[in-house]
Parts: sequence; structure tokens; C-alpha cells
Amino acid sequence: MVCDNCGAGDPVIHLTQIVDNEMRTLHLCERCAAEKGVEGTAVPENFPLADFLAQMSSQSEEGGESQGSEGSPSGSGRRTGDSESCPYCQLTLKEFRKSGRMGCPECWAAFEGHMRGLLRRIHGSHQHVGKVYLSPDPSTSEMKRRVSALRRKLQRAVELEDFERAAELRDQIQDLEPASPGGRS
Amino acid sequence: MSELPNVDQGGLSWLDASGEHSDIVLSTRIRLARNLQGHAFGARARVNDRATVMDRVRKATETVPHLRRAEIRELSELSANGRRVLMERRLVSRDLLGETEDASGPLSSSGVALAPDVPLSVMINEEDHLRLQALNSGLNLRAAWDLVDLLDEELGQELPYAYHHEFGFLTSCPTNVGTGLRASVLLHLPALVLTKEIGKVLQGLSQMGLTFRGLYGEGSEVVGNFFQLSNQTTLGKSEEDLVDHLDRMVRQVIQYESQARSVLMRDASAVTEDKIWRAYGLLRYARSLSFEELMNLLSGVRLGAGLKLLPGLRVYPLNKIMIFTQPAHLEDAAGRELSPAEEDAHRAAYVRSILSTEGRIFNDEGSDDAPTESTG
Repeated sequence: MVCDNCGAGDPVIHLTQIVDNEMRTLHLCERCAAEKGVEGTAVPENFPLADFLAQMSSQSEEGGESQGSEGSPSGSGRRTGDSESCPYCQLTLKEFRKSGRMGCPECWAAFEGHMRGLLRRIHGSHQHVGKVYLSPDPSTSEMKRRVSALRRKLQRAVELEDFERAAELRDQIQDLEPASPGGRS
Repeated sequence: MSELPNVDQGGLSWLDASGEHSDIVLSTRIRLARNLQGHAFGARARVNDRATVMDRVRKATETVPHLRRAEIRELSELSANGRRVLMERRLVSRDLLGETEDASGPLSSSGVALAPDVPLSVMINEEDHLRLQALNSGLNLRAAWDLVDLLDEELGQELPYAYHHEFGFLTSCPTNVGTGLRASVLLHLPALVLTKEIGKVLQGLSQMGLTFRGLYGEGSEVVGNFFQLSNQTTLGKSEEDLVDHLDRMVRQVIQYESQARSVLMRDASAVTEDKIWRAYGLLRYARSLSFEELMNLLSGVRLGAGLKLLPGLRVYPLNKIMIFTQPAHLEDAAGRELSPAEEDAHRAAYVRSILSTEGRIFNDEGSDDAPTESTG
């Protein structure tokens, strides 16, 4: 057998991928595997959070994420690299990098600019698109996001023909939406 | 079980093999990580933070419908063995017990709230303030999600969650932020292991954003061919998408496992049957079993039950064996500490007692193999 990529080398890495619900196996020689960035371990390693944090560390030394701390309340956190700290629990960015754990909910706002890049690397995204939480006194924009999330759920319930759930969700949406003129009942 | 008199089946309803594909899938679990505004997380939480969180959950059990009459257990009030029983039932994590290398015993105000008649629980003051969990039998992701979602809605109206418009539900660790959702399915995949296909399958799954762990979750080893598959990312997708994606992938893995079982029976039926009967024989008659040996043998017997090679042997008693032969459960049943040798003897006796009343298995001569031994 020869390498599927270069047609020459001995295949030592057998890469199995699931594409469109079909399993495909690529047989690669060591060089082609390395070029494709495939590691030779049979079993995936644990999540490399430490590596991400190390990368984040080197990035912040170069000035952090380009988006900076937009949207974070002024005065929350001092932007001096590693010594930047959370105004509520005093966790520093350096401490976060060491432990990989935030100190309190406020840390997320204080280190907002730094977190986007990290989250993109961990999750492939930094934007939550799941459930929208409504605090006891929600703003209009929170309410709108909540309604659109409920609509997604409603659509799914209808697709699954779970009409009881769909009816509940429809009622929840109606409760949240202010009586709009011409609104269907 | 004396430990949890008011909780349905002592929190073990997920064992009863009533769910879909329960010969291959032991259980489905979905947990949501939630934190309360204004309190430091896990490691940085002060005693006051922890006490307040516990207090608020206690109050919530008076008003939140799904937690009404919930049993709250503070770990510091339980014996060390009582705490381990909860862990062996997968109702609390090893971290919560404080038995990791750099901890000695549970921290103050850490505990668990167990709903009395639905498979819902809330771990309190672990890494996150709250870990809401639905745990049910077989492959049942949608039902687990609907259940934990309802509890989350109810609890979120009583307790002010920490939430960020962009990052979603805020958690101590960035790997949980967003939905805070980890859905996991515990699968028994002996045929994929025997046919050496498992490495490929697991590698394929990791490329699909899934990760696997052993029986006891994070950091635990694979024993008895049980693999816990779960979503790796929690942000950027809706809860329904995460759950549906895992569901699709698990169904695919079940199909692979079934195919591998057919291959085994087609190409190596004599060897396979022999392995299964040897495993059964050892379990049925052994006088001393370590937990690891038991799990390996049980894997063979479970495969035999799935392939209908062991007449009348049901999956439920096999699930029970897995839980009740763990060290803390054996000590709990004995009512005292057991030496390692005693533990192995008690384990073997428990297994014999279950298998002697289970199934309709006759020996080769066709005579009834009904045993008369006591369970010790």
C-alpha cells in the first residue's frame, strides 16, 4: 500500500473522517501526515487548554485582541497586560492563565477583549447562540433575543411534531411579546 | 438503600435499562453549568459565598416545582463512605468529594439536591455554583434535555444567573461557557474493541467535535469497554443543535457496534461464544473478584446478553452489578470497612447472588444449574 497523498511513501497514519455521515479513511505517509497536521496518536489527547492559554499569553504581549475591551464598562480592569485585574475579585490575567479558571462572573467583563480570541480557539466561536437568559428586569433587546430563541425552539418542536411543547412555547412567546397591533392570536 | 429513602430508586432509575438501545447504551446525561451573580466561583469563593449559594438553593426547593421536596445532602454531613456512594451512583463528582490530590475532604456548603421523583439533581458549589443534571436510562437525549431545560427555566427565575449577552452563561472554566451544556452518553462497545475498530471510530468522533472519557467522567480510564461520549464545545451552537448532533453521532456509533457484533458472530462465532461463556462461568462461580476483573468479565456477559447467547439474562441486573460492586457500595452493604481481600470476596458473593436468580441458563447436559449457595 502507498500513501494516498503522494503515492510514494509507506502509509503509517490512517486518518478516519466522518463526512456526510460516511466514514472515509485516508492512508498517509509520515511526511504527508505531518504536512496535514495529523498527529500519530491513536487516541485523542485531553483538551489542550494549557496550550491555548499559552498562546493567549503571547498574543496579549503583542497588544491583545484587536477588538480591545469594547463594551466593557469603563474602569473595569486595568489594561496593563498580565497585571490587569478583575475589579470585583482581583483575579489577575496572569493568575487566570496559570489556573485556567475565572474568579467570578465579573472577570468575564473585565477580560472580555482577551477572551474572544481564546473562545474562538476553544469553541470556534465567541458568540453564544443558545438560550437567552432573562434577568428579573430584562431590557427590550434581551427580550427580543429571548423571543427569537423561543421561536427557534418552537420551530424544532413543530419539526419533531411535539405539538404539546409547541403550544407551550407559543404561549411563552405570546407572554413575552407586547400586544402588537395586528398580532395573530 | 438507606442513604436516600425519599429519592426514587435511590437516584438509580437510570440503571433500569428501560431506555432505547439499552443493551449498548447504559445511560444518557445532560448537565448545565450555572453560576449566580455576585459570588466568586469555586476555588475563589469564600465561605460566605458558598453558604449563600447553598442557602439560596435550599430556599428554591420550596418554590421551584421540579425541586419541590428535593433531598439536599451536604457532603460534610455524610460519612466518607456515604459520599463515595453518591459518587459511585454518578450523582456527584470526584471533585465535589474533595478527594483529588490537592484537596482533603469536601469544602463547606458543597452538596447535592436530588429531586424525589424525576431523574434530576443539582450539584452545589462544585467548580461552578450549580450543575443541573438529568440522568436517564438508555439513549434518551431529547427527554433528558427537555427535563433539565425545564428545571433550568424554573431555577433561573428564582436565582439570578450570571449571564453575558455575548458569552452566554458564565462559568468558571472557559471550556464550559455559553450554553454550559455537556451532554454525554455512556456506551458499551465491546465488539468495536475486539475487532480493533474502536481507535478509528474515536478518532472520527473527535473530528466531529465529540470527546470521550471513561466510566467516571473527566480524567477516568476506560474500564469494561465503557466509553462516555460527549460534546466538546459549548459555545456558538444552540443547546438543541449540540444535543441533536451528539444523538446523530451516537446512533452512528451504535450502528458500527452492531455491525462489528455481526462480524464477530459471522467470522469468529466459536471464539466469541467461548469468551462469553467463560466470562459468565467465572462471574457465576468465582469466590474473589477485583473491580477491574469484574468489569472485564461483565463486558463479555453483557455482550452475550445483547447477542441473546445467554438465555433470559436481562441487562438490568447486569447494570445493578456494575453499581453495587463498587467499593463504597460493598462497604455500605456490609456496614463496616472491608480489607481489600474481603472486598473482592464480597464482590464475588454479590455477583453470584444476582446471577443465581437471573436468566434461565442451563448447563450443556440440559439440567438446571440452579445454585443453592448463600450470598455471604
